[in-house]
Amino acid sequence: MNQNVSLRLSEVRKSFGSTSIINGVSLDIFEGERHAIIGPNGAGKSTLFNLISGRYGLSAGRIELKGQDITNLDPQNINRSGLSRSFQITNIFPKMSVYENIRCATLWSLGYRYSLFRRISTIRSVRERADEIIELIGLGDRGEKLAGELTYAEQRALEIGITIASGSDVILLDEPTAGMSRAETNAAVELISKVTTQKTLLMVEHDMGVVFDLADRISVLVYGEIIATGSPSEIRSNQLVKDAYLGTQEGVH
Amino acid sequence: MARVFSKKRIIFWALVALSFVLLPMVFDGGFSLSMLSQMGIAIIFVLSYNMLLGQTGLLSFGHAVYFGLGAFVTAHIVNFIDQGAFWFPITFVPIVGGITGLLFALVLGFVTTRRAGTPFAMISLGIAEMVAASALMFTTFFGGEGGIVTNRTAGGVVAGISYGPQIQVFYLIAGWCLISMMGMYAITRTPLGRLANAVRDNPERVKFIGYNPVRVRWLMMTLSGFFAGVAGALATVNYEIITAEALGLMASGNVVLMAFIGGINHFWGPIIGAVLVTLLQSALSTYTQAWLLYFGLFFLIIILYSPGGIANILAVHAPVIKARLFKSLASSYLIIFLASAPLIVGTIAVIEILYRGGAILGMSALVSWSSSLVLIVVGLVVFRFAQRRVKSVWASLDLELRKRGFV
Ligand SMILES: Nc1ncnc2c1ncn2[C@@H]1O[C@H](COP(=O)(O)OP(=O)(O)OP(=O)(O)O)[C@@H](O)[C@H]1O
Ligand SMILES: [Mg+2]
Repeated sequence: MNQNVSLRLSEVRKSFGSTSIINGVSLDIFEGERHAIIGPNGAGKSTLFNLISGRYGLSAGRIELKGQDITNLDPQNINRSGLSRSFQITNIFPKMSVYENIRCATLWSLGYRYSLFRRISTIRSVRERADEIIELIGLGDRGEKLAGELTYAEQRALEIGITIASGSDVILLDEPTAGMSRAETNAAVELISKVTTQKTLLMVEHDMGVVFDLADRISVLVYGEIIATGSPSEIRSNQLVKDAYLGTQEGVH
Repeated sequence: MARVFSKKRIIFWALVALSFVLLPMVFDGGFSLSMLSQMGIAIIFVLSYNMLLGQTGLLSFGHAVYFGLGAFVTAHIVNFIDQGAFWFPITFVPIVGGITGLLFALVLGFVTTRRAGTPFAMISLGIAEMVAASALMFTTFFGGEGGIVTNRTAGGVVAGISYGPQIQVFYLIAGWCLISMMGMYAITRTPLGRLANAVRDNPERVKFIGYNPVRVRWLMMTLSGFFAGVAGALATVNYEIITAEALGLMASGNVVLMAFIGGINHFWGPIIGAVLVTLLQSALSTYTQAWLLYFGLFFLIIILYSPGGIANILAVHAPVIKARLFKSLASSYLIIFLASAPLIVGTIAVIEILYRGGAILGMSALVSWSSSLVLIVVGLVVFRFAQRRVKSVWASLDLELRKRGFV
């Protein structure tokens, strides 16, 4: 693949106190690819996302987004540079309506910053984007509801909606299908592939079915190190991966 | 205008304006006029407070600082006008107060809004303490115990208005109250207003949609300081005297109570709080010196039984009334109402016996003690019963409303 690199991690390290959680991760994510990160519980997948999105500072290393150094920038600045993420544990605005959740997430990218001199409902671009997103995530008839009152699966969909509403072209999804039933998972997979066309997707996922369905490439993270990166079939047949991780789940898949 | 307010809203505001014009004609007389003036000031102040608490999730214990500083600066400006140092119409001195409040909120808010939650509450308390202490130290500016006395007619007669008669001051307050209400309501409809709600709900997530929550809090604080200052300036004009009490902790606490009693989750809630508290304070204080105690009890009951304040009580009943199901609640409410009578009478009797230091021992005391206790016990028993009934009626109502799609 000789495409442009969207996101480049070089020798990224993170320790909390004396425990080192991410031990030198280097990874290139290409423009337009769907890349999955898999690995056992506690491997550091979410921590890696927190480093990329600016939630935590790096202990060492460098992260580039579309060629721009974003190492240790604030989350809002990274987001403004075109990277948007979702959370493993649902992270929405519970006392605002579903529509308002989406609408707020569109504002910065449409140029409305901390604007005080426009009535939000009269801004056409915001309304059109919000309408489009809410339909896309299948919550068109839930717009008036308080986000905190949605069902779990609906909240997960909203989580994705908030993430994509800014129109970022690099999307990070942390276990978007965690805790969902089979049917809900299938719906979520369809949603994810729909909303990430033309975008670069990096996702953490435990469900191997989802991973092998969606991903162009897969990286396996174990104890804070990437032990293999490759196409789904390469990962399936990789002995290291089998030993470290997949072996335990082979029966399930 | 159309960009800021929809047509429906403009009609609504016109009706509010009309009611402001008519109010002093319905409630004429000196006492009600000064009470209405006081309400107008309280409404602006409490709405500015709720920009922080209800909309941005910032529990401030020092909001009177911006009210008070606005009031003091205005007082000095009015005195300069009075001395002929320069001329400025009294009608627009609230802008002076507003800008004062805004500037102080801009500076102090820069420090306080870095944090939210408990740290913010504590920092706001610390700043309030600091400003209150300064007020006692810098007596040239704050006037010491006596405060600063002003003359609201300093601007002379402009277009027949001298601000001598209270009715003219009332209309000044009403006008600024209307403008402030419209302004603060409009702010809730802007991108910034909506982001304030997002910051209230989940500041962490706001960063990941491209916004700096600290910046949002700071901006809201600054705007809120403006309206608090407007209220302070109007207080100066209204009372013609301003003392350090205006920016003290009592005043800051009072606005918290008003907001909670009215209900912080609705834009209109705090207005109900301001009107009710002003009414209670002036009405009760003429009847009994124990009014603070009653006021405290009232606050306690509201917080215990309706944490969302009075606005929330109204809001939960709206769908019931729309669904024409209120009948089913009416009988239980009647029982509660009837039960409250002996409870209230008994409680008042006990408080007044204690407060007036009347006969605590002896035969007549025994009679009044036992009769008030009997009233309280009877009231409590009936109340408990009615309360349980209301609960079960509500449970079935809730199901019914959900089924019919009213909630
Ligand atoms: N803020 C923190 N402070 C200290 N330790 C942390 C912190 N965040 C994560 N850790 C630790 O880092 C390790 C990796 O956590 P992380 O959440 O990244 O794992 P994960 O791969 O996402 O696991 P899961 O599959 O369960 O989501 C865990 O041992 C966790 O306890
Ligand atoms: Mg995780």
